[in-house]
Amino acid sequence: MSEPILSLRDVHADIDQYHILHGVDLDVPAGELTVLLGRNGAGKSTTLRTIMGLTTLTKGQVRFQGRDIGGTATPAIARGGIAFVPENMGIFGQLTVRENMVLAAVSGVMDEQRLDWIFEVFPPLKKFWNRAAGNLSGGQKQMLAIARAVIEPRELLLVDEPTKGLAPAIINDLADAFEQLKQQQVSILLVEQNFNFSRRLGQSVAVMSDGHIVHRGTMAELAEDEDLQHELLGLGLGAHQ
Amino acid sequence: MSAPQDTFDADTSNRSWWERLRAFQQDKPHLFLLLIMVMVPLFLMNPSTWAVLTLSGLAMGAMLFLMASGMTLTFGLMNVLNLAHGSFISLGAFAGATVLTMWLNDYTSGSLWVNLVAVVPALLFALVVAGLLGVLFERLVIRPVYGDHLKQILVTVGGSIIVMELLQVIWGSNEIPVPRPEALRGALLIRDAIPVIGGIALEKYRLLAVVLGLAVYALMLWVIDRTRLGILIRAGVENREMVEVHGYRIRLLFLAVFVAGSALAGIGGAMWAMYREIITAHMGEELMISVIVVIILGGLGSVRGCFYGAMLVGLINLYVGFLEPRLAAVATVGLMVAVLMWRPQGLIPVIKV
Repeated sequence: MSEPILSLRDVHADIDQYHILHGVDLDVPAGELTVLLGRNGAGKSTTLRTIMGLTTLTKGQVRFQGRDIGGTATPAIARGGIAFVPENMGIFGQLTVRENMVLAAVSGVMDEQRLDWIFEVFPPLKKFWNRAAGNLSGGQKQMLAIARAVIEPRELLLVDEPTKGLAPAIINDLADAFEQLKQQQVSILLVEQNFNFSRRLGQSVAVMSDGHIVHRGTMAELAEDEDLQHELLGLGLGAHQ
Repeated sequence: MSAPQDTFDADTSNRSWWERLRAFQQDKPHLFLLLIMVMVPLFLMNPSTWAVLTLSGLAMGAMLFLMASGMTLTFGLMNVLNLAHGSFISLGAFAGATVLTMWLNDYTSGSLWVNLVAVVPALLFALVVAGLLGVLFERLVIRPVYGDHLKQILVTVGGSIIVMELLQVIWGSNEIPVPRPEALRGALLIRDAIPVIGGIALEKYRLLAVVLGLAVYALMLWVIDRTRLGILIRAGVENREMVEVHGYRIRLLFLAVFVAGSALAGIGGAMWAMYREIITAHMGEELMISVIVVIILGGLGSVRGCFYGAMLVGLINLYVGFLEPRLAAVATVGLMVAVLMWRPQGLIPVIKV
């Protein structure tokens, strides 16, 4: 396992009066895809939002590339090199696909080569380039959400349940896209409920329950050990396969 | 809606005409309503009166648009209800009037050039002063109450009272006459220019108001539709959090929009001052009713809706004011009620996440 690009130490966070994260300790190795698994309500999304500064860190430390980013404002975190694809994808539906991408290219110019690569991986984006993003299908929206996150090189990608509600064929396309990102040595932290998808992509894995990490290891290890899967992820897992 | 369709069943050509009208009414409710608003009075008065009232209504609409567009932007993007918007209108009026009075005392010439030039610094000064107050106001009054409508209402009404009292401290509490530049008085007489309508007299100042209103509207649409800033504003209206996730500081965007909105209110106030030729510190407050009707009618947060809303309010004011003066104020609110019953989100609703 390489040097962590992101590390969380004893991270606590609240949403309204509810204490959601109870001391999360998590390392995301550089250049690898880490999957964060866990049941609904375990605190996976809140963990991503806390890293992004969208949910306030009440205690603990978030270090990104050695710098403490706990308490930093969201725009500064984004410009520091972390891209975030939320569970609802956060597409600007009133904007065209092009405008969504223009906005995502913070420097103001879209790199041609990168755009060509994105069109190659996600052909529908090229097809619907000047259409309102709100009219895209769920899968196409997810493609756009991921494309926005990678239109400029980022050090770390946080992706929240990209496969949610998508057809198997589209999930396959997404997996291919993630494979390519892995080859580009982008560090990725992926929250997933779909274990097959996670198993295919994940290198390391962390499992959350009740607001803290209950298991850390390699994906290969967890994929082998069915008892452990049962113990950590419960029987509900079958429903997602 | 099915009953009227049935009556046209026998005649397909008629029906397609009806269907087309319905589709138009569905897709472009703002144009549909504006057309009706302009056409109906044509049957109630003679054509030359109608032409004059229409121009006056559009001029009033243009000024209302200038005053209201800032408030609708502020609400759409920042979700802030700024009830102190009226005091920015008053401030713009006083600032503009001050420059005009000084300028016209020095140059009493009636030449079009000098007179028109007087309008430009007056409007610019109103824009700058109202914009500067906007910077202060956002920092001191609005910033602590983002996200809480009730507090916004209380705090901005309070801020509004303070600004209006300050206006009275600076300019006194009497009504102040505003000199309208000589070249903008009177009317352009067009004799037999247009068939049917015949000769009409177009008041010059109202023409200027219409031109300025259209220019500002075109500029705003250009910024919002074509520029990166516009993309950011539209994105911010829809989903503020995701704008931040992409690395943009929404607070800066808020400030910029708030200042632009305040500056527009200032210009609108200065235009109104020259139109009415008399101003008081409370004029903005009195105009707020129309401004609020305009932005609700148009769809809160929509610049296009605000434009059409303003035109509709301006026109109905003038038409009804001519036909039955006592009903003019009722007609404005009645129009809003009718539109909201037809389209509860306003003419051009803004979709938010």
